[in-house]
Amino acid sequence: MRDRFILSKGHGAAILYATLAERGFFPVEELATYCEGGSRLTGHVTSGVAGVELSSGSLGHGLPVGCGLALAAARESLDRRCFVLLSDGELDEGSNWEAILFAPQHRLDNLTVIVDYNKIQSFGRVEDVLDLEPLADKFRAFRWAVREVDGHNVDELLETFSALPFEPGKPSVVIAHTVKGKGIDFMEDDLQWHYKFPTTEQMQAALDELETAE
Amino acid sequence: MRTAFIEELCLLAERDERIWLVCGDLGYSVLEAFSNRFPGRYLNAGVAEQNMTGIAAGLALAGKTVFTYSIANFPVMRCLEQIRNDVCYHNLNVKIVSVGGGLAYGSHGYTHHGVEDIAVMSAMPNMMVVAPGDPVEARAATAALAGSPGPAYLRLGKAGEKLLHRRPIDFEIGKAIQVEDGRDITLISTGGMLETALEAAELLRDKKYSVRLLSMPTLVPLDVEAVGQAAMETHALLTIEEHGVGGLGALVAEVLAEGGTGIRFHAVRLGRAPIKVAGTQRQLREAQGLSAVAIAIAAEKLFNRMGPGSKWKALDEDIVALEPSSRQ
Repeated sequence: MRDRFILSKGHGAAILYATLAERGFFPVEELATYCEGGSRLTGHVTSGVAGVELSSGSLGHGLPVGCGLALAAARESLDRRCFVLLSDGELDEGSNWEAILFAPQHRLDNLTVIVDYNKIQSFGRVEDVLDLEPLADKFRAFRWAVREVDGHNVDELLETFSALPFEPGKPSVVIAHTVKGKGIDFMEDDLQWHYKFPTTEQMQAALDELETAE
Repeated sequence: MRTAFIEELCLLAERDERIWLVCGDLGYSVLEAFSNRFPGRYLNAGVAEQNMTGIAAGLALAGKTVFTYSIANFPVMRCLEQIRNDVCYHNLNVKIVSVGGGLAYGSHGYTHHGVEDIAVMSAMPNMMVVAPGDPVEARAATAALAGSPGPAYLRLGKAGEKLLHRRPIDFEIGKAIQVEDGRDITLISTGGMLETALEAAELLRDKKYSVRLLSMPTLVPLDVEAVGQAAMETHALLTIEEHGVGGLGALVAEVLAEGGTGIRFHAVRLGRAPIKVAGTQRQLREAQGLSAVAIAIAAEKLFNRMGPGSKWKALDEDIVALEPSSRQ
């Protein structure tokens, strides 16, 4: 029984495609066609790419669909889990809160949400646009089981995911505290890198920094 | 029509375990027939149409045939992007059912008038758009859609509509149903206007016109062949719908213009302006020129107008003179 993963923040397509290619869903060489004319690798996540469950790009779509997948499995007592990765800015969308209200009502403990909480959204700081705090308390008030983690600590993430569901009968949410552009000093926590393409020199500098860190 | 729909859906669900019904907290005294018998395949998603439609997409990804159900615009417009991106783009097996299409909820006011739904739904990719003309068509359409993979929109009336088809019908998605044959004037009706269209045809026959009447339950894919044949074999063609711009009239006009037949054509439809007064469905229709008498007058004027090549003139100007309260 295969689990399902939905990347609801569809602007993170590049990392999903790279992961899928590395895992053998399609040839790594195809990554070079990303966003090029005629490529199936569009700038936002699109179905038709092997391994992609759901197209995304317009925010607030992934979690309701994830609820449907989880509900189908729960009603048929299938041992299938569903994971949905949300951005923080995406939590402005009302559709997410409809789904956040829905999942505990139907005791969907086979559903896990991961919030990529980097505290920046497209046009500014989350706290300045529509502050989500207290985010963990909001989820708790909606009857979700909540854990907060360092989203860059792989060991902590693995330990967290191995503890799912956090409480039987409740959907789980992992609030992953992250830093946008983590690991590249000139990109970290800087809004402009939501939009800019690095020059060849910047890309090399970024790769060097990442390799040194490893 | 909603009774025919739910009865047929229960029959289908008995035979097909993939069928689910998901509602947006509406359907009191209608949906119990399904929810009592198939509780494991029924869901009230609450007053949350975006989530309802996303859930339907998720269920369909898991292999289900999902009917979403609510009234008027709620399952259509409140969740339009979920329909476009989640359902249509992925070509999922979700059937959107709206009860009270047109002016069925007349007195409830403009929020409850489903008068742009056909235009919106017919613009969606992969979407079949079906508006049955009576309970017989509604029943047949429900069965046909359940057996046709992919997204669909089913626009139903409310309850208590007359059974108009006296003979068994041969219902097929994408096919017109010829109710009467004739050589002078073609009336093409969609949805709940079929009864009025039958009355208009009767009035025209009394005046010795030979009338072809087509019920057009499927708007997308449109029965282009039936439209083309009517254009070649009759002399004037009117579409009749309880809907504003962008519906049956627009779909048929495109076929006629591209076919180049030059047939005299007029779309009987609602005006663009929101209806701001209360009224029964019948009262509001009549105020908009959607009565048998108004249709018969429009048809006669159209038939007697000069043929192709004559100076262009909108038939609307004449209709406005006849129906002072109505169109714009």
